[in-house]
Amino acid sequence: MTVPGLEASPTWTGRLRRAAVRALPPDKLLPDDQPSYVASWVYVFGVLTLAAFVIVLASGTVLVLRGPSWWHQSKTGLFVNSLHLWSVELFFFFMVLHLWGKFFMASWRGRRALTWMTGVVTFAISVATAFTGYLSQQNFDSQWIATQAKDGINSTGAGAFFVVTNFGQMLLWHVLLLPVAVAALVGLHLLLVRHRGVVRPLPARGRATRPAAKRPTPSTPAGRT
Amino acid sequence: MQTLDEASAQPDEAEWEGPKIRYDLAKEFVLALVAVAVLTVGLAVVFSSPDEHPVTIRQWAQATPADFLATAVTELDGSSPTASYGPPYDTAPGSGQTIGPLAPERWIGVHEPVSAAQDFVLGPLQVAAHSDPDLQSALASYQAAPAATAQQWTAAYSSALGHVGFSGSAVVVPPGRYGPLPPMMSALLTMARTGSLDADLLSSPQFYGTDYTKPLLFLADGSFLADKAQAEHLSGSQWGMMNETGNFPGQAWLWLYTMWYQVWPFTHTGNADALVWGLMMLLTLGLLLVPFIPGLRAVPRLVPVYRLIWRDHYRRLDEARNKPLR
Repeated sequence: MTVPGLEASPTWTGRLRRAAVRALPPDKLLPDDQPSYVASWVYVFGVLTLAAFVIVLASGTVLVLRGPSWWHQSKTGLFVNSLHLWSVELFFFFMVLHLWGKFFMASWRGRRALTWMTGVVTFAISVATAFTGYLSQQNFDSQWIATQAKDGINSTGAGAFFVVTNFGQMLLWHVLLLPVAVAALVGLHLLLVRHRGVVRPLPARGRATRPAAKRPTPSTPAGRT
Repeated sequence: MQTLDEASAQPDEAEWEGPKIRYDLAKEFVLALVAVAVLTVGLAVVFSSPDEHPVTIRQWAQATPADFLATAVTELDGSSPTASYGPPYDTAPGSGQTIGPLAPERWIGVHEPVSAAQDFVLGPLQVAAHSDPDLQSALASYQAAPAATAQQWTAAYSSALGHVGFSGSAVVVPPGRYGPLPPMMSALLTMARTGSLDADLLSSPQFYGTDYTKPLLFLADGSFLADKAQAEHLSGSQWGMMNETGNFPGQAWLWLYTMWYQVWPFTHTGNADALVWGLMMLLTLGLLLVPFIPGLRAVPRLVPVYRLIWRDHYRRLDEARNKPLR
């Protein structure tokens, strides 16, 4: 019987499907088991970041639906804005813990450098997304941040195109371009994590070791070494 | 399946063939979502979120008219921060920050043209002059004067503002050679106090407008905005970029960026923004390329945090290795 998805269709679509299934077969994409070393609280920060991102998007979507002035004039709007603010704070809190955890695990080992790099870029673009959010608040904080941040951004030359004092431009970056970029990068990051699997532990320094070759292996039955 | 010892001895690239545990990713995500949602709602209910009203030019002119007038004169004589800013707003000579020989501001050039004197002072006055012949005459006199004469008027008026008084809507300055500046400045202050200057600075060729560059630059040239920011602990020397109004957490993740502005040499250079941004770009690039930087990529092996993270794994591995072979 032919494995579904792996039929040798010569079409581009068929080739794309075969490549996708080969890179991420269903049990690798959504496994229900993990290596025994995946047992630490540090693994929770990634999924908490993802959960906070979902709430950021949900609360932001409600704010988008009602327009940029709504939350200044309505108690419900202020509450939704509060949800947005605090979910962003939690998003960064969990993301930074996730990032430092992965740094101290040297999680780029084993051809996982691209996973690390997509994470770092996601962090950088998330900072830009939050920054444009602060600029889009239409309050005193926005005014002050815009007048101060313009000098830094202008000094790079980017101020000619990324105009922090232009509310309309910043709002569109905040609600469309940057969230789409973050979502795409988060998706790519997750696919890479699933593709490569969770990085194995570093060899413990200063611990008693015994060469693995002396242990029984499937080809050398126990008692015959 | 390999034993824990065998699997642990495989290279980092190898697929894990050792012992596995049941791990429900979907359930973990749903539980995380519920936990973060509850935490978010709790924080929103308890702390809400800040919303300090924006300041307007009208408030500025009403609260501190002397500062407003002093700022307007610097826009006229070209000495205000905006008038002497350089790209992307104007071509003020010697302007623009640099990193050594690199001057990206100047390379990119003017893309958001702002003429401080025309946009903040003369333009709005020209609109008001349509219904005010005296103002029209004063404006014509100012614009017809040689540059040196205009500079003498603005310098004298600027000095006189140290003794300015206000009588109703009139600006009272000691007698002096100010040329047509007194009626011009009085008219501008009146426009600002009534709010029409806010509207003038926002006007655009289109019906709709969302670009607040001009009013924000004008506000930032005065002291009113900065004084309010200082009171809200938002100024640069107060780690302002990462703070929020009131006692709310702001962009705490900008702590490193903000920190550079507090320390030497960035506190003693006119190129601080360019240097800090250059440094932050370099550090971000370093973080991005950690996997490829010898020394830096070895840090996790030297700091025993990983032993804490995988302590259960190492304990099981020790137990497996200490088990007698049969």
